[in-house]
Amino acid sequence: MRSERSLAPYLLFMPTLIYLAVFLVYPLLKALFMVITPEEGTGYTLANIYAVLSDSTFWEALKNTILLAAVIIPLQVFLALMLALFVNTKFRGYMTIVYLITIPLALSDVSAALMSYNIFSPSGYINKILLNLNLIKHPIYFFGFNATTSEFWVIVITEVWRATPLVFIILLAGLQMIGREYFEAADVFGFTKFQKFIYITLPLLKPSLQSALLLRTLFAFQIFGVVWLLAGRDIPILAGETFYQQTELQQYHIAAVYGFVIALISILISWVYLTFLKSAKEV
Amino acid sequence: MDKEKIKSLLTFLIAGMISLWFLTPIIFITLSAFATSKDYYNPNYIIPRHYTFSHFYKLFFTLSAGHATLISLSVAALTILLSFLLGVPAGYALSRYKFKGKNTLKLTVLSTRMFPLMILAIPLLIIFMQIGISDTLWGIVLAHTTMVLPFVILITSSIFAGVDIAFEEAALIFGLSRSKAFFKITLPLALPGLAASAIFAFIMSWNEVFVASILTLQNRTLPAQILSTAMDSPDYYKFTAGFIMAVPALVFIFFARRYLVSLWGISLK
Amino acid sequence: MVKVTLQEVTKRFGKTTAVNRISVEIEKGEFIVLLGPSGCGKTTLLRCISGLEKVTEGRILFNEGDVTNLPPKDRNISMVFQNYAVWPHLKVKDNIGFPLKIKKKPTQEIETKVKWASEMLGITELLDRYPHQLSGGQRQRVAVARAIVMEPEVLLMDEPLSNLDALLRVKMRSEIKKLQESLKVTTIYVTHDQVEAMTMGDRIAVLKDGKLQQIGGSNEIYHKPTNLFVAGFIGSPQMNFINVEVKEEENILIVATSGLEIPLPPAIPIKKSEYILGIRPEDIHIKELPNSTRVTGEIYFVEALRSDTVLHVNTDFGKLVVKIPGDFDAKEGENISLYIDNSKIHLFEKESELSIL
Repeated sequence: MRSERSLAPYLLFMPTLIYLAVFLVYPLLKALFMVITPEEGTGYTLANIYAVLSDSTFWEALKNTILLAAVIIPLQVFLALMLALFVNTKFRGYMTIVYLITIPLALSDVSAALMSYNIFSPSGYINKILLNLNLIKHPIYFFGFNATTSEFWVIVITEVWRATPLVFIILLAGLQMIGREYFEAADVFGFTKFQKFIYITLPLLKPSLQSALLLRTLFAFQIFGVVWLLAGRDIPILAGETFYQQTELQQYHIAAVYGFVIALISILISWVYLTFLKSAKEV
Repeated sequence: MDKEKIKSLLTFLIAGMISLWFLTPIIFITLSAFATSKDYYNPNYIIPRHYTFSHFYKLFFTLSAGHATLISLSVAALTILLSFLLGVPAGYALSRYKFKGKNTLKLTVLSTRMFPLMILAIPLLIIFMQIGISDTLWGIVLAHTTMVLPFVILITSSIFAGVDIAFEEAALIFGLSRSKAFFKITLPLALPGLAASAIFAFIMSWNEVFVASILTLQNRTLPAQILSTAMDSPDYYKFTAGFIMAVPALVFIFFARRYLVSLWGISLK
Repeated sequence: MVKVTLQEVTKRFGKTTAVNRISVEIEKGEFIVLLGPSGCGKTTLLRCISGLEKVTEGRILFNEGDVTNLPPKDRNISMVFQNYAVWPHLKVKDNIGFPLKIKKKPTQEIETKVKWASEMLGITELLDRYPHQLSGGQRQRVAVARAIVMEPEVLLMDEPLSNLDALLRVKMRSEIKKLQESLKVTTIYVTHDQVEAMTMGDRIAVLKDGKLQQIGGSNEIYHKPTNLFVAGFIGSPQMNFINVEVKEEENILIVATSGLEIPLPPAIPIKKSEYILGIRPEDIHIKELPNSTRVTGEIYFVEALRSDTVLHVNTDFGKLVVKIPGDFDAKEGENISLYIDNSKIHLFEKESELSIL
C-alpha cells in the first residue's frame, strides 16, 4: 500500500466524483426541488405531498408494497438458508447446483415475469397439464382484474424464484467463511447436528443474514417489472405508481413525491439495519 | 441399503428437485419461444411438437425488437466503456493507495446504492430534455453509468487488491514507470476479473427497465419495449421476447461462472 | 558496484515514525544485513533505498550521486521480494529477461544473459515453464536470477528465504552468499532471522523501533552488544539478565545481589548504583575454572538437545539458563553448582540500557 503524500489517488477519484455530483447529487436535489414546487407556476408548495398523501391509491400502493415484502422476504431467506446449508454439505458436483441456482441472478425482472406468465397464463403449462390430467374442465385464470389474489401469489412465486439466489449467494459465502475447526471442535464435544446449527452456524452466519436481509428489503421496496407486467395496476405498488404518474399522467412532480417516498423508506431501512448491526456487533 | 447410500440418494433427489425448480421456467419459455402458435394454443400438446423461427423473424424485422435489441446492446456497451473509464482509476486508487478521506470516499460510493433509481429517473428526464438528449441512447447510458459505477469501483478495487502489489513493485524496480507498470503487469493480471465485472455491468444495464422506460419513447431498449408492448401482444411473442432478453444474460453468466460467487459477494457488501 | 550512504534517513507514516534518522555507510561490494524484530522498520528502510517509498527526511547517496528523489527504475538497483513477485503471466525466461527487455537490449544479449543467470541459479531446464508450474524454491531461484540478470549496482533482498522450508533455507543461505561473493554486488539483505544474519552478513545492522541499535560484524554484535536490546535479541538461548548493584569493597568494584558477588575489572566508569548484569548461557559452566564465580541453585527444567544441554536453574537471585555442550545427565530437582566466567560478563546501565562492559 502506497502512502506517500501524493495527489494521485485524488486525481484518480476525481472523474468519478464529478460524474456522481452531476448525475446523482444534482438530480437528487432537482427531485427534491420538484417535490416542493408546483407542476406549473413558481414558489414553494406542499400541494404535491398533500395530493399524494390524500390519494387512496398511494396508501394502497404502500400497503401492497409492504405486504409483498412481508410475504416474500421471509420465504426467500428461509429457502435460501435451506439451499445454502444443503449446498454447503459439498456433495459431489455441488458447484453445478450452485451455478444452476444462480442462473436467475442474470435474468431481468422482465424475463422472469414473462417466464412466469408462460406457466400461469390461460394457455400456459399449468393449465395444459391440469387439462390433460382431466383435473379441470376449463383453464384457470390466474390473471385479471378479478384475480388479484392469484396475481399476488403468482408475483410472490416469481419473486421467490427470481431473487432467492441473491440471498443464497450471500448466505453461502457466509457459510463458507465459517472455519471447519469450529464444527470439528463441536464434534469433539459431542454436539448434535441441531445443536451445531443453533450454537455455531446461526450465530456465525448472523452478519451475512443481516446484510442479506438489508439488501432484500431495499430491493423489495423497489419491486417493479414483475408486478407491472403480471398485474399492471390491479395491484398498485409504489414504483408502479411512480412510473404511472410519470409516463401515463405526466405528473412529474407527483411522480417525484412517489420516488422520494421510496428513497426515504430505503434510507430509513438502511439506517435501522445499520444501527441494529452496529449494536449487535458491540454486544 | 446402508446409511451412506440412502444419504447420497437423498442428496441426489434434492439436487434434482432444486435443478428442476430453477431450470423449468427457462426450459418452458424456450419451448414456447420456438413453438408454432397452433401448437402453443393447442391444449392437447403440453410439449409443443412443431417449432419455428417465425416469431423471432417477425419480432426482429416487422416489430421493432431488432431496433430495440441494437439499442440495448449499444447502451450496455457504452455503459461498460464509460463506467470503466471512470471507475477503474477510482477502484485502483482504493486498492493501492492509503490516503486521507479514503474511508469517506468508499462510504460515499457505497451509500449511492441506497438511492433507488426511481428517484433519479424523474429529474434526469427533465435535465435531458433541457440539454436535448432525451429519448436518445446517450441519456440511458448516462443513467445506467450512475447505476453501474459504484459497483464497478468496488469490484475493480477488490480485483486489483487481489493482484499482489509486489508484482507491480517488481516492475517498478526492474525499470518501468508507474503507468507502464500498471499497463504491462497489473492490467494483464487483473484482466480476467475485469472481464467478468464487465459482464456483470452488461447484465445490469441489459436488464434495467424502469429508467430506460421513463427516459425514452422512440428509442426504447429491449426491456422497455417489452414492458410497453408485451401485454398487448399475442402470447408467443411475449415468450420469444422473454427468451431474447434471457439469452445474452445466460450466455455471459456462463462465461463468468467462475467469478459468480466472489463477484456477487463483493457487489452485495 | 557502488557505495551506499544513508544520511539521517527518516520515514514517517502519518504520526508513526517507521525509520528514525538512520545513517549508515555501506561499502562497495559489501553484504549488509538489516536485522530486527517485525515492525522495527527494516523493510521500510529497504523500500526507501529501493525508491518504492519516498523518504520523509534525509538523503540516500549511491557513490557521490544523490538518488533520494529518483524513481526506482532510475536507481540501477534490483530486488528479491519476500513472496518472490515472479509475474504469473510470464514464462520463467521472460521473467528473467524482463529487466533487459525494458532497457531495450538486443535479443541476442538478452538470451545470453538469461542463460548466464539461469545457469548461476541452476534453473536452465525451467525456462519455458510458467511460475504456477514451479515449486516455492524454484520460484525463489527465478526471483534471484531476475534480480542479478541486469547486473545491478545494488541488490536488495527482502526476507527472501522466509517462505522456504527449513532445509531449503539452509541450502539457499550459502548459495546466495556465494553468489554475492562472486558477483561482488553491494547487497542489502533484510531478515528477522539472526542465524541468517550471522552467517551471511559482512556486517549486521540491528534495528528496533525504527532506530539503528548497532552495526558491525557478527563477532562484534555477539560479543560486544552496545545495549540491552541487542544483547537480548542476538543469541539463543537468550542472555541471562540479573538486576544488580555495584559496590566498592576493599578498593575493587563488585556487582552484587543476594547470593552473588562478582568483581569487576578495573577502570570501569561507574556512576549510578543500579545496573543489569548480562551473562550468556554458554558462559556459565558446571566445572570450576579460574576467574569464575560460584553460584548454587536447583535444576528446574532440562532441555536435552543432545548436541548440547540447556539447564534452567533456580537461584537466590532468579532463574539462570545454562548451556553446556554435549549430553549432561541432570535430574530436575537436583542442586547444582555453577561457575560464571567473570571475564565474560556484560553490564548495562539500568536507565539508559547502554552497555558499559
